[in-house]
Amino acid sequence: MLTGTADPSGAVVLVTAVFLASTVEMVEALTIVLAVGVTRGWRSALEGVAAALLTLGALVVAFGPALVHWVPLSALRLVVGGLLLVFGLQWLRKAILRTAGLKAKHDEDAIYAEHVAELSDSPRRSGRDATAFTVAFKGVFLEGLEVVVIVITLGATSHRLGLASLAAAAAVVLVVIVGLIVHRQLSGVPENAMKMGVGLMLVSFGTFWSAEGVHASWPGSDLAIPVLVAFYGLASWLLVLALRHATGELPSGLAAGGEASHG
Amino acid sequence: MVERGSGNDGPVILRWLTAFGRFWWDFLIGDTPELFVGAVAIIGLIAVICLHPGLRTAAAILAPVLVAGLLTASVRRAANRGPS
Repeated sequence: MLTGTADPSGAVVLVTAVFLASTVEMVEALTIVLAVGVTRGWRSALEGVAAALLTLGALVVAFGPALVHWVPLSALRLVVGGLLLVFGLQWLRKAILRTAGLKAKHDEDAIYAEHVAELSDSPRRSGRDATAFTVAFKGVFLEGLEVVVIVITLGATSHRLGLASLAAAAAVVLVVIVGLIVHRQLSGVPENAMKMGVGLMLVSFGTFWSAEGVHASWPGSDLAIPVLVAFYGLASWLLVLALRHATGELPSGLAAGGEASHG
Repeated sequence: MVERGSGNDGPVILRWLTAFGRFWWDFLIGDTPELFVGAVAIIGLIAVICLHPGLRTAAAILAPVLVAGLLTASVRRAANRGPS
């Protein structure tokens, strides 16, 4: 069982899942923040970012340890496992459909242009820019909320809340540094592949913990997690192949991005 | 975002609760209710099987097979609706 001292493969999958999920969400947030900073100025945009990150950190501190200390482990695993299973299936389904060309890929360039156009149109007042603060705060907070749920659920259930938080913080720092260096939205990041990876891991953890929560017995204990990742990876690959076969290769407009998708 | 209450929209706490409920609805159900219902049904079935102690390992092996089936059904449902 994942207790924080057991098999390290569980920890590797945990860190990878949190890091990738955080990177994907922070790339999306960076697009919004850059659009705000470029069009409205950086001071209020960065204040919005700081306020959102502090709020997200406070949520982890408030709810993470409480879950670990006050909720019985089997109940925690059942509820968290169910949450991760549903959430992971949504990510995986979306990534499969995008890979198969049945859903438009997330287009950071189009989303950036859309935000710049909207922000340029709204009037500006002297002093603190409430619009810039609000849009930057909302962008970081809403994208980060999914990360907080993943950090709290994965971290609390495996009793590795600190490790999960560190992985998320590392992703935030990485995206900020890369964003500062290139000073543009990160449209080259393979978001869909990363979402596929996160989806695979969330579904694997979700299956593992929800089954443990109802007292199923996994052969190999924690070693079942990487096996689950491989199993779901194979199933997803077969699904993509079947969809491509059924639809006759990628529709070109969708493969190139098509209409910007925010999901 | 914190919004000031205006008499027409009801108490702030009610709007916060509504927003909280909407977040979880979008988070768990959104446009794929079949995934939520299917996952709950699978966990329920595994729980029933685990009531028999001798079948607990079999239940664990069955779980990912059922989840993969659910994913396949949901993806096929989306594919049948066409590109989005």
